[in-house]
Amino acid sequence: MTTKPVISIRNLDHYFGHGQLRRQVLFHINLEIYSGEIVFMTGPSGSGKTTLLTLVGGLRSTQFGSLRVLGRELCGASRQELVKSRQRNGYIFQAHNLHGSLTALQNVKMGLELHQHLELAQMRIRSAQMLEQVGLGHCLHCYPDQLSGGQKQRIAIARALVSHPQIVLADEPTAALDSQSGRDVVNLMQKLAKEQGCTILMVTHDNRILDIADRIVHLEDGLLKAEV
Amino acid sequence: MGFIQQLRRRTPLGWLQLSHEKSRLLVALSGIAFADVLMFMQFGFQSALYDSNTRLHRSLLSDIVVIGSQTRNLQRISTFSRRRLYQAMDIPGVKSAEAIYIGTMIWKNPQTRRETEILVIGFNPDKPIFDLPEVNQQLQAIKQPYTVLFDRGARGEYQKTIAQLEQGKPVKTEIEHRTVTISGLFKVGASFGADGTLMTSDENFLRLFPRQPAANVSIGLIQVEPSADLQQLVAALKSHLGNDVKVLTHEEFIQFENDFWSRNSPIGFIFNLGVSMGFSVGVILVYQVLSTDVNAHVREYATFKAMGYRNLYLLGVVFEEAVILAVLGFIPGTAVSLGLYYLTRNATNLPIYMTVIRALQVLLLTMIMCAISGAIATRKLQSADPADMF
Repeated sequence: MTTKPVISIRNLDHYFGHGQLRRQVLFHINLEIYSGEIVFMTGPSGSGKTTLLTLVGGLRSTQFGSLRVLGRELCGASRQELVKSRQRNGYIFQAHNLHGSLTALQNVKMGLELHQHLELAQMRIRSAQMLEQVGLGHCLHCYPDQLSGGQKQRIAIARALVSHPQIVLADEPTAALDSQSGRDVVNLMQKLAKEQGCTILMVTHDNRILDIADRIVHLEDGLLKAEV
Repeated sequence: MGFIQQLRRRTPLGWLQLSHEKSRLLVALSGIAFADVLMFMQFGFQSALYDSNTRLHRSLLSDIVVIGSQTRNLQRISTFSRRRLYQAMDIPGVKSAEAIYIGTMIWKNPQTRRETEILVIGFNPDKPIFDLPEVNQQLQAIKQPYTVLFDRGARGEYQKTIAQLEQGKPVKTEIEHRTVTISGLFKVGASFGADGTLMTSDENFLRLFPRQPAANVSIGLIQVEPSADLQQLVAALKSHLGNDVKVLTHEEFIQFENDFWSRNSPIGFIFNLGVSMGFSVGVILVYQVLSTDVNAHVREYATFKAMGYRNLYLLGVVFEEAVILAVLGFIPGTAVSLGLYYLTRNATNLPIYMTVIRALQVLLLTMIMCAISGAIATRKLQSADPADMF
């Protein structure tokens, strides 16, 4: 682990709404996450975990404070820069969000198409390899609705990791899965993250998987309470 | 990286989305095909009506046509002096100048004995002026006094008359208390202005229209030497002949008649309205399909946005779908229209044909139609917010 943080959050405040309805949801967040770390974020619903995750992911504009991801400041960044910053991350959602009209291979390939330097053939090979790594080498050409929930989430992981992002952001990836497939999914994420040396920031409520975290941070009422 | 290479490595998302939902695609395509058929039929009827109206004009064997300057159409002829045609012969390059007489009169329908209006054309039977073989074979017959040829394409109850003539038996009827013999048939067809046409010699014409002086002719037909320059001759004739006549090329003469009817009849308006109806139906149908498709994929689109795809990329997907729908819908639309053209041709005797120009015109309209629908449908893309995904 290097000493340089890949994600560095300083005095971050965030508000929702305007005028009378304006409400602060994040208060003075300070957090540093280092390369290769697996950090879990826990907390009751409504505590602002997801908001923080979307800010780190560049899906929302940062309002106050400082948020540096891979050395780039996101506070005050233009839409263009936010889109660029998204391309450098991998995302795993609570629902798999695979495209129903695309096969497993095509879905994973969508994660590569943004990276201009690859040829079509290379993209195919890499997508297929990635699917093999998540144990789905036998159903490259299956459509999502032919697969189980766990399999779909594994395709989503393949899609997020196929471009070898330095940061993976995940929002309760096990919530919709039974305990065994949930366990398999996080084990897989951990294994691939270690192989690729990528950093994972994951929001989760799932107590069964906490053991794979390097560090757990707890968010309550918009305040970062404690590092567990 | 070149554009083509970019295109090759891109997942054809629009096509995959459309082809994944086969039944929805089929409904969309039949809707577009329907809109195309509507447009094809309207365009077809319009040009068929105009064409049918100028069949007689087209069958004239002449390079340049001279008409009286007050003439508005074939039924509203103002005559001019035959001297103008002799003067035309002075111009080098003019091979021949023939006069024809045209008039409308009342005759008794030989079958029903009712009085109806009919167009009569008189010309010199020694010089064939029509590109109608049936007429040219019967020139000897119309040299007989009070003998005429009858248009089998005339509108009205003439079936028995035509049947009798086809058996070679002449039919007698009455024009202004004189007995007239119909000795044979030819085919031109009815137009907006005339239900039927009779053809006869110039002498017979003057017998039937005793008030028309032989020196006043209706139309002059000029044939030019093969080596002559048509435009130069037209210009020379215009300056030589004076203001009481108009000098037109054969094409301009046909257009002249068309212009009259497109200005003085609601035909152009009606059919253009029909085309825009078809167009609007198409826009609404395609919009329905595309907006349903965008709605059904909002989550996926938001995911793509989260992954770093730009709005432009998703706009591209919607327009890709629009173009695919336009092209795929156009194919069955054209096929059905070809069939309907064939049926219409057989049933109505209208000269309705598919032309490449019209096909391209409708294809272009279909593309525009789908692009408009696509542009409206993309407004829904804004609702795909990646921040809602977590």
